[in-house]
Amino acid sequence: MRLFFIICLSLITYSVFGQVKLLSLDELEKRVANGKDTTYVVNFWATWCSPCVAELPHFEKLQLANLKKPVKVLLVSLDFKSKLQKAVIPFVKEKKLQSEVFLLNEPDQQAYIERIDRKWSGAIPATLFIKRDKRQFFEREFTSDELNTAWLNFNK
Amino acid sequence: MKTLILIGLILVSGYSFAQTSGYQVGDVVKDFALKNIDNKTFSLANYKDAKGYVVVFTCNTCPVAQAYQERIAALNQAYAAKGYPVIAINPNDAGVAPNESFEKMQALARQKNFTFPYLLDPDHIVTRQFGATKTPHVFVLQKTKQGNVVEYIGAIDNDPEEQSNSKITYVKNAINELSSGKKPAVVSTKAVGCSIKWKKTS
Repeated sequence: MRLFFIICLSLITYSVFGQVKLLSLDELEKRVANGKDTTYVVNFWATWCSPCVAELPHFEKLQLANLKKPVKVLLVSLDFKSKLQKAVIPFVKEKKLQSEVFLLNEPDQQAYIERIDRKWSGAIPATLFIKRDKRQFFEREFTSDELNTAWLNFNK
Repeated sequence: MKTLILIGLILVSGYSFAQTSGYQVGDVVKDFALKNIDNKTFSLANYKDAKGYVVVFTCNTCPVAQAYQERIAALNQAYAAKGYPVIAINPNDAGVAPNESFEKMQALARQKNFTFPYLLDPDHIVTRQFGATKTPHVFVLQKTKQGNVVEYIGAIDNDPEEQSNSKITYVKNAINELSSGKKPAVVSTKAVGCSIKWKKTS
């Protein structure tokens, strides 16, 4: 019962009716550094990207399956900032996304794509697993099984 | 020590793999023969008088590609006559993405009055040769005695939303530099785009 309560509470705090915050890469890095043993699963997506939208539920499932573990799924939208109110927040509400959702607050694609991963071409969906200094980047879409396999391999 | 060497090896092989998947700036491009929306086969060699080519991997459905449709058409308007025609290639598989079908490509080209070839790459062969990973993804080529050499890879400009005050038109700049006998100052850029809809291999 208490667990259920905690789960509900954590869900509520993270998804207060489709909250989407702005996130810079500095803030993301700070968060990861402060997270210590937490593994962050950072998925880069956009409301206009159909394969991204299709795989969002797999990331939601990964978060729900690891609620008691130090695992944090961050869904980072690459939608234009001008679309935050018009597209991103309504989308998050409609899909009832439970994970933490952000909109990337970086002005320069040239800079931020390189910084997220040197090998990234900029195609989305893309996903970054990150725990302290350990990082693995994927420029690809995942099925539910593929995401689980990648996740297990990262934690080996 | 052994592990260290092993890790080093893995890093090196990973790095070289990333470097060799598709054309890099300076590579000579192999000509191709792809079906155009007019049902004829198109090759780079068809344009005998070209000084170079603007090869654009683009598609019907990707919102980023759509945002750039008019800019791609404008590039052809401005630069075909100067010897740098646009060649558009759709890298997506219509089996996976039905709106990328040949018929839908024809309809889009009619609707938007495309004045450039819009080619089908049904088995991703040319897409893989180029190493295109997304739409839109541009390769500017310069014709030389050695063949068609890749001189620029990346984005059309740095302003997908057309709202920036500091717009840099990468492709235009590269063509202008090439046509005045110079090498492009910026040879590669990155931009967010839609991943390619690869044919399912099962």
